[in-house]
Amino acid sequence: MIKEILMPILSLGGMSIVFGAGLAFASQKFAVDSDPREEEVREVLPGVNCGACGYPGCDGFAAAVVTGDAPVAGCPVGGARVAQQIGDIMGLEVGDINRRIAKVLCAGDCEKAPQKYHYQGIEDCVAASLIADGPKECSYGCLGLGTCVNACPFDAIYINDKGIAVVDEDKCTSCEKCVAACPKNLIEMVPVSSQVQVLCKSEDKGKDVKNSCKVGCIGCRICEKVCKFDAIVVDNNVARIDYDKCVNCMVCAENCPTKSIYADFDNRKIAFIEEDKCTGCTACKRACKFNAIEGNVKEVHIVIEDKCTGCQECIKKCRFDAIIMK
Amino acid sequence: MEYLGKLFMILLSTLLVNNFVLSRFLGICPFLGVSKKVSTALGMGAAVTFVMALASLITYIIQYAILQALGLEYLQTIAFILVIAALVQFVEMVIQKTSPTLYQALGVYLPLITTNCAVLGVAIINIQEGYDLLQTLINGTGAALGFTLALVLMAGIRERLELSDIPEPLKGFPITLITAGLMSVAFLGFQGLIK
Repeated sequence: MIKEILMPILSLGGMSIVFGAGLAFASQKFAVDSDPREEEVREVLPGVNCGACGYPGCDGFAAAVVTGDAPVAGCPVGGARVAQQIGDIMGLEVGDINRRIAKVLCAGDCEKAPQKYHYQGIEDCVAASLIADGPKECSYGCLGLGTCVNACPFDAIYINDKGIAVVDEDKCTSCEKCVAACPKNLIEMVPVSSQVQVLCKSEDKGKDVKNSCKVGCIGCRICEKVCKFDAIVVDNNVARIDYDKCVNCMVCAENCPTKSIYADFDNRKIAFIEEDKCTGCTACKRACKFNAIEGNVKEVHIVIEDKCTGCQECIKKCRFDAIIMK
Repeated sequence: MEYLGKLFMILLSTLLVNNFVLSRFLGICPFLGVSKKVSTALGMGAAVTFVMALASLITYIIQYAILQALGLEYLQTIAFILVIAALVQFVEMVIQKTSPTLYQALGVYLPLITTNCAVLGVAIINIQEGYDLLQTLINGTGAALGFTLALVLMAGIRERLELSDIPEPLKGFPITLITAGLMSVAFLGFQGLIK
């Protein structure tokens, strides 16, 4: 009886010990020296293996960073903080990284955009969009069924109480999974510093847009005309902002007849000239495209608050650091 | 001479008639997972061939020298898995040291072989058929070559499928599974080649 219990334990245990010892010996004999920095880089990475960097997982990225194939700032999820840490490990300087976040470019919530039918299928935008382009009257609009929410590994997207997906800026890591998941291609990456976005992607004609949504872009080109920086262009009946050119002056949003351009008016700042630093060189006055700065040569200039849009062109021109944003 | 003939029969039978993937349906996971490119399919095939041949050899020794000698045949499965897992680990280490290029090429597929049912399958079939040591080795190698054959054929087809016009709902895995089924039917044609 005892023998029947002991024998398997001993034989299997013995085999395990022999194999274990053999492997332990082999692991020392065949040890491969790897760059210790690789492990350090791996330590500071987020470790979610999302693949947004273009390498197979965080390990692959760490190896590529150490060999110099991948840029130090190549991890979009870790952002500036991780880039800094990797830079420290690799002994490299890290330039300014403009973090980009996902933005859902639709504002046609249940109050503003009517439905053409009542959808009762599975809770998935892809499924819903197969049926006559989705329940919304506007075939470009956010369906609010949460395909992007499910795709987000970081809990950074939620559907608000009016049925529109919203990205939490603080949680977004720019992994771009939601961008790929949205069947309406409504989610785009925008610079986190951008305060103005066109929240509409409808390419319908203006009349059709008006019928299907209260806040849709009708392609009237008013924004294109009022923009002094050529940063907004209407193409295919929908306005698009060039974020490299946009200076967040928010003039387009002020003039948009359907209010389809979103601007963060609450955080709008205007220029202020510090009297003791201003030399009256008139450079800012000449730079201002909105005639918002007054003053004569060799006199202190002042900003007319009602006219200033906060575009910061004057700051770029001032050589005496006399202008600040308030 | 008769023995040599039998060895040839075993090789042919395990390679074509009882092809591990297409007739016995073992090792389907790497068959679908690693058959996107012919080059990786070949690499995986090489790794599996190496592991299968070695595993056949060692499990044979363990079966007859330890398990049967002690009357512990019922421990076959767990003991074989132990052998295969240790073996794969060892092979991985050796390859990493001796040929980093091959290690890079095989990548994640090496550790995947640990849990590959085809490797365990060949070890158990060897014992069931009552092969001797040489026959075991031939059977193990033949099975792995059959596995490689299926993998490479599949990879070749899939490379062409990438370029062809496939109906939207069938894209990706559905068409791959259908292809696998048709290949299996084709391999059924070898049935009866060996009496």
